[in-house]
Amino acid sequence: MTPQLPGLLDAEAIRKDFPVLDRLVHDGKKLVYLDNAATSQKPRQVLDALSEYYERYNANVHRGVHTLAEEATALYEGARDKIAAFINAPSRDEVIFTKNASESLNLVANMLGWADEPYRVDSDTEIVITEMEHHSNIVPWQLLSQRTGAKLKWFGLTDDGRLDLSDIEQVITEKTKIVSFTLVSNILGTVNPVEALVRRAQEVGALVLIDASQAAPHMVLDVQALQADFVAFTGHKMLGPTGIGVLWGRQELLEDLPPFLGGGEMIETVSMHESTYAPAPHKFEAGTPPIAQAVGLGAAVDYLSAIGMDRIAAHEHAITEYALRRLKEVPGLKIIGPDTPEGRGSAISFTLGDIHPHDVGQVLDEQGIAVRVGHHCARPVCLRYGIPATTRASFYLYSTPAEVDALVEGLEHVRNFFG
Amino acid sequence: MYQEVILDHYKNPHGRGLRDGDVEVHHVNPTCGDEITLRVKLDGTSIQDISYEGQGCSISQASASVLNELLVGRQVDEAVKVQEVFLELMQSKGKLEPDDAMEDVLEDAVAFAGVSKYPARVKCALLSWMAWKDATAQALGDGAVRESA
Repeated sequence: MTPQLPGLLDAEAIRKDFPVLDRLVHDGKKLVYLDNAATSQKPRQVLDALSEYYERYNANVHRGVHTLAEEATALYEGARDKIAAFINAPSRDEVIFTKNASESLNLVANMLGWADEPYRVDSDTEIVITEMEHHSNIVPWQLLSQRTGAKLKWFGLTDDGRLDLSDIEQVITEKTKIVSFTLVSNILGTVNPVEALVRRAQEVGALVLIDASQAAPHMVLDVQALQADFVAFTGHKMLGPTGIGVLWGRQELLEDLPPFLGGGEMIETVSMHESTYAPAPHKFEAGTPPIAQAVGLGAAVDYLSAIGMDRIAAHEHAITEYALRRLKEVPGLKIIGPDTPEGRGSAISFTLGDIHPHDVGQVLDEQGIAVRVGHHCARPVCLRYGIPATTRASFYLYSTPAEVDALVEGLEHVRNFFG
Repeated sequence: MYQEVILDHYKNPHGRGLRDGDVEVHHVNPTCGDEITLRVKLDGTSIQDISYEGQGCSISQASASVLNELLVGRQVDEAVKVQEVFLELMQSKGKLEPDDAMEDVLEDAVAFAGVSKYPARVKCALLSWMAWKDATAQALGDGAVRESA
């Protein structure tokens, strides 16, 4: 009875690449994995790249002249080339590997606290974020604000889950040094208006950092088109392994800004009195990097690129449109965030009457349906809408309309159970 | 996990609402946002009332209801023993099969045995019990101060 929707990928073929999607849970129930905004599942191609790296090439990178060291270095740096092409970076040297998006965001916040003029964030300056940020794009700025005395400001939200930019000229001012915002909200699903924010930031000479953690897995990410100064994202939400993230930054900024962590790999020369630093990206990659993880992420972007990010976006748009339509049929269900498919990603948060999201999630789990419940590391959004938590279903390239149907049936069961 | 007894307490909670008390505490479970405000009213070492108001999942709310039903009217030392048995059950990771002796002590609270298999939910079940323990310790502490003054 599941409809054929325009734009859908052949999800059944794609699912064959993802071993875990065959899993049964709770005495033989088929897994319906709808927690992709938390982390994605991994295709066989990525798992093979990881094990092949450890089985055939494992060595430390950028040191040693032996065969394995050179091959491992080529694989690690080859992954950097793949990521650079994936995000249309003007230069591969602008791609910094980190541990995750949180580290990428913290890296920028720390650099700006230690930087010289004109980048320095101090007590005469302002930092701008939004009320829909993940905690990882709030707390680093609170820390920077506390340490430097800079004022932390933010854009509020409209009732329908979008950024309220009506006071943009009062929020982003001549004092603003950095504007940091998410491209796609992990809790509301909202896609934010990059152009308006970047234009205003450029007017006042502020830097722009975009958290693309919920965008990079799902849509074409072109850092040049965004016109931002920095873009951060994580690997594990885009079919890659955990432990690998990316920070892209404009080359001249990476040259001017000071390092974050000190250690091996990031230096040029070291004496007991002082050190000089390697050029970017190595200046920002102290210590042995996550080598296998970078190789795994390289395999993940190969997989995504072979399908095409535009086709993945179209698939998710079709699934999201269908899911919004079906979810609205569930009595008592209220969508938190944009309730139409325009200008939104595929994460859908909702409340179900006064049934607590933890109860919703647990009863769905008993039916094999994996969703995320809680405040999704975006507690200010829950406070803004006066709710303790939400249930969130989030889709990906392997999600099917049948899984949306299973969710809707599962929610009926939840309602009967607690009704 | 969702025993009928738990759902009954969730839908028809015992002793809900804040009433007169000696001490008030507010406890939260940050992982899921469950909250409880709880007051204890002691008469010497006898528990005259445990009143509460809160929001959260069915497990946390039902557990507060069971706590009220089980402990009001008892001596504090007796109630502490009940609390310790409940804690033992909740920390058993689903490996403890409640026997008759445990059922005699815990009554409706044995229904939470299944919850102990779910690490993410154990804190929900324990929230009101930890709040009660805290409030009672404070009430007794204050009493001791008053007596010695």
